[in-house]
Amino acid sequence: MSIDSRIVNDLVANGISFVTTVPCKQLADVIDEVDRRPEIMHVPSNKEDEGMGLCAGAFMGGKRPAIIMQNTAIGVTINTLATLTQFYRMPLPMLISYRGELREPVACQVEMAVHTKALLAQLNIPTYHFHWQKDVEELDNILKYTFMCSKPVAILTDANFWGGYGDQ
Amino acid sequence: MIRSEILREIAPVIRDHLVVCNIGIPSQELHAIDDQPTNFYMLGTMGLASSIGLGLALAQPKKVIAIDGDGSVLTNLGTLPTIANNSANNYILLIIDNGSYGSTGDQPTYAGKKTSLTAVAKACGCDNVIECRAEDTKKVLEEALAGDRMTVIVSKCESGNAKMPVITLDPVVIRHRFMEAVKA
Repeated sequence: MSIDSRIVNDLVANGISFVTTVPCKQLADVIDEVDRRPEIMHVPSNKEDEGMGLCAGAFMGGKRPAIIMQNTAIGVTINTLATLTQFYRMPLPMLISYRGELREPVACQVEMAVHTKALLAQLNIPTYHFHWQKDVEELDNILKYTFMCSKPVAILTDANFWGGYGDQ
Repeated sequence: MIRSEILREIAPVIRDHLVVCNIGIPSQELHAIDDQPTNFYMLGTMGLASSIGLGLALAQPKKVIAIDGDGSVLTNLGTLPTIANNSANNYILLIIDNGSYGSTGDQPTYAGKKTSLTAVAKACGCDNVIECRAEDTKKVLEEALAGDRMTVIVSKCESGNAKMPVITLDPVVIRHRFMEAVKA
């Protein structure tokens, strides 16, 4: 089974039926897989804070949401995470492409990578880092944990996890 | 006619529907005029009322009215293409367009100058966009609720705020009672 199918199977098995996405090259196949699944309503958003608003509404409407985005989005969404998702105590699994880590070819991506974990730690967001493909075995537990505690939870997935980035 | 007068007029029309209300003075005014468990008050996060409303409308079948402002829509303009391209015929976005950032001291917005949010919404692909005078908002909203079509209403009104108390309800209480109302 592909890593993308495995991830989306875990989303579906945990009752996640509303997913919003802002694309990243590393996430292209998992976004395609989300789009293919009849169990999931996929609503692409133009910006990640908008996506978190959609997820908040979907959650209050009775669906379990998730957001798929790049780590640069942490810079965009701090206010939304603090004043919406955390303040109103809502669960939100965030599957995040961790650009700027090992095997990254684009130097500028490193500039946000070096802040990513520090920002998440400052926000008291539980954070998991998938570096090896076997790390995906934790995803099911992480999703259960997210809905148990009703918090935003970050799953950082780096280039090594996705099997490298292009020719690098 | 200012925003609080519109809210007072539409309160009996919206009280039995799910309402997501914009941050700041709009929520304070609605809360003071007619607090309902079916109201979700935004206490922070400028710009996301329309996104929360759309997510809610897509997730369940009851009608949803998002009450937003011109300044908040301008801060999250990406919301309009998302609304246009994800059909939710139980969704009404009411933009109370007073051409100013009311909660921060009535500084002018670009919607009060050259920018038409009605034209922007149409250009983004929203099929059913109605611009109306403040005085006609209640009637236009009633008609939108009677139909089964996603509607964007741009209500042009004067700038100004009513003096209302800050909302002291705990956000988790607002969210919990709202979710109970959604399920009821």
